[in-house]
Amino acid sequence: MGGAMKLLLPAVLVAIWQYVSAWSPLAPGLVHALPPPSAVVRDAWTLLLNGELPQDAGISALRLLAGFVAAAVVAVPLGFGVALWPLFDDVVDPIVEYLRPIPPPAWIPLGILWFGVGDVQNVFILALGVFFPAILNTIEGVRRVDRTLIAAVLTLGGGPADVIREIVIPAALPLVITGLRIGLGVGWGALIAAELLAARSGLGFMVQSARFAFDTPRMLTGMIAIGLLGLAMDVLMRAVQRHWLNWSLATP
Amino acid sequence: MASLDINDVTKFYALRDGQRFEALGCVNLSIGEGEFVSIVGPSGCGKSSLLRIVAGLEEPSGGEVVFDGIAVAGPSSRRGMVFQEYALPPWKTVAQNVELGLKFRGVPPKERAQIAQRYITLVGLQGFEHRYPRELSGGMRQRCALARTLANDPDLLLMDEPFAAVDAQTREILQEELLKIWGGHLTPQRRKMVLFVTHSIDEAIFLSDRVVVMSSRPGIIKEVFTNPLPRPRADESRSSPVFLEARDHLWGQLKSETLKAISQAVED
Amino acid sequence: MRRWRRLLSLLALLSIWQAVAGYVLPSRSPDAATLLPPPTAVVGAFIDLLKNGVILSDAAASLHRIVIGFALAAAAGILAGAVMGWWPAIGRLVDPLVEFLRPIPPMAWIPLGLLWFGIGDAQNIFIIFLGAVYPIVINTYTGVRGVERTLVWAAQTLGGRRWQILCEIVLPGAFPLILTGLRIGLGVGWMALVAAELVGASSGLGFLIEDSRNLLFTERVLLGMVVIGLLGFLMDQVMRVAQRRLVAWAER
Repeated sequence: MGGAMKLLLPAVLVAIWQYVSAWSPLAPGLVHALPPPSAVVRDAWTLLLNGELPQDAGISALRLLAGFVAAAVVAVPLGFGVALWPLFDDVVDPIVEYLRPIPPPAWIPLGILWFGVGDVQNVFILALGVFFPAILNTIEGVRRVDRTLIAAVLTLGGGPADVIREIVIPAALPLVITGLRIGLGVGWGALIAAELLAARSGLGFMVQSARFAFDTPRMLTGMIAIGLLGLAMDVLMRAVQRHWLNWSLATP
Repeated sequence: MASLDINDVTKFYALRDGQRFEALGCVNLSIGEGEFVSIVGPSGCGKSSLLRIVAGLEEPSGGEVVFDGIAVAGPSSRRGMVFQEYALPPWKTVAQNVELGLKFRGVPPKERAQIAQRYITLVGLQGFEHRYPRELSGGMRQRCALARTLANDPDLLLMDEPFAAVDAQTREILQEELLKIWGGHLTPQRRKMVLFVTHSIDEAIFLSDRVVVMSSRPGIIKEVFTNPLPRPRADESRSSPVFLEARDHLWGQLKSETLKAISQAVED
Repeated sequence: MRRWRRLLSLLALLSIWQAVAGYVLPSRSPDAATLLPPPTAVVGAFIDLLKNGVILSDAAASLHRIVIGFALAAAAGILAGAVMGWWPAIGRLVDPLVEFLRPIPPMAWIPLGLLWFGIGDAQNIFIIFLGAVYPIVINTYTGVRGVERTLVWAAQTLGGRRWQILCEIVLPGAFPLILTGLRIGLGVGWMALVAAELVGASSGLGFLIEDSRNLLFTERVLLGMVVIGLLGFLMDQVMRVAQRRLVAWAER
């Protein structure tokens, strides 16, 4: 019953939308501005069958994966460095603090100048979106590690390497994952912006090119696909958090 | 002439597996004019739940609460309540907190301030009118909450373990002050009715005219004890033979219920 | 001491940038020099654009849009969140709709916004609104539902009516979380605005950097990014100060 209640309002709204856009007297004026859900579904089905939608979605997903991995591989070790060694803190932290307020979409024109139109530029913008939440949460996670746990390992005869392996890394992990999850959300939005402006494939490009062709059902299909992929990734990250880190309650 | 009758009140909650969690058995209790009644019972016996039902914050699963001849259907400013956790919004000063009920009832600002000042003085918080709750000790916070409730001039005062969160010494002082404010020296016609929930047998004996002992879950009334301790009461009352005898008797009643409650908690 | 070390590392970074962009890159090829102009060129561009007023008018255009878009999002978001939180039946009905729409990043709405509103203020404000409104709704909703039960009970026994309790107890109690939502929403809205201006505007800082990119004025691109970052930083600081001042009571 709870599930049905959940779908009630969206279902009613979709029904109203269908009525207004397809059958009401207003319908002829809405052909381009807001085609009915039935047209969107028909279009999505066609794009699914002829492989265009899976192809663009696949390309966006691959860019996402590449940028996410690249950003994570740089941001997480760097974050540990900043939190653990003063030298890193002095050199890297100011740079991060000064660059952080620049939102990823503001990098797009520079990215186009540097990398041209296409994959590298898109991945660059996405990686910037992932990078900052990831490094900031990693730093915070390491700094929050309970000192008494470190003292306990040292009094048990462990060395610095043991402290990092047994205590610091596992204790910081929940916030690291949280940072990556937030970064994934920001990066996904940034990737779409980058694809709108500078790509010849991907979901952002699909939506933007549909706009030029006045193909509104295709635009809406693309938007829904973007939302669903974003949602799927978030669900995946939350599952990772729950499964491997269920000892921690850290959800800031 | 205010009166309170609790008639066949029961309370149970539906659990997820379809079973019933019985919090209260069948409770019957009448409180007369100007009477101070305490309820003692083991943890989880439903005494706080009973108080919230009287306040109108919870609905009974069966039975009814009749106040002044009318069945209780929701909260009212005539039945004021003081909570263990003080329940003072941290963004309101002492004065703003004490004025809150008057504001709700549409008393004009100037009159509101005068009334509030009177009750702030009554509980000994003059000079702290513009302090925030976090700047006050636990005892002072509870004084503020009491002033807030009294400023509404309710006919019935409901108190849910109000002194449980303050230290033992402050607690005894607050008890004496409460009796003074309530009017232990006055005739019953000039006092408010009080229904007071507590864990402490000593507190119940020191304060009340009657002590209701509740059983472990589901809570029913095991005994209604008429307290022979004479009024007015002071520090010396706590060591009088009458007090000690009453305590022995009540502890005898409560101990077996407390043991039952502990084994219940282990089973859960 | 730490401050000075950090300032020093920043100066070192700027010097390296100046040396590479001012001497190394131009000696390779003129093309390479357009990719990264030195800091001095960025300062020069700043002086030029200050003299002809371009930077001020573009900053003013962006600020004008963010103020309107953010104000609309704040009003709608707080209202919706409060209603959803205080009347649980409405909350259960509306919450799924929010959860369905939220995963679509504001950038994905840009082409549809262009179709509906054309190029200019209305489209940009629409995108800001979409970026800012979700954090505000969700934080208000969470804040209202999280207000301590005993505070509401106490107000009820003091004779408070439902709307009185909403105004006196629930909204002030939710205020810290509402402010957090506003701060996050402002950040997301600013990011979304930049993206919207890149694609569909003829003024504003996003337009400035995209237009300068077309003209290969890389120093203006960098300048625009700096101004975007600075304004974003300042807005965030204002919100932080407001948070500290207005909800001092919430601090332990």
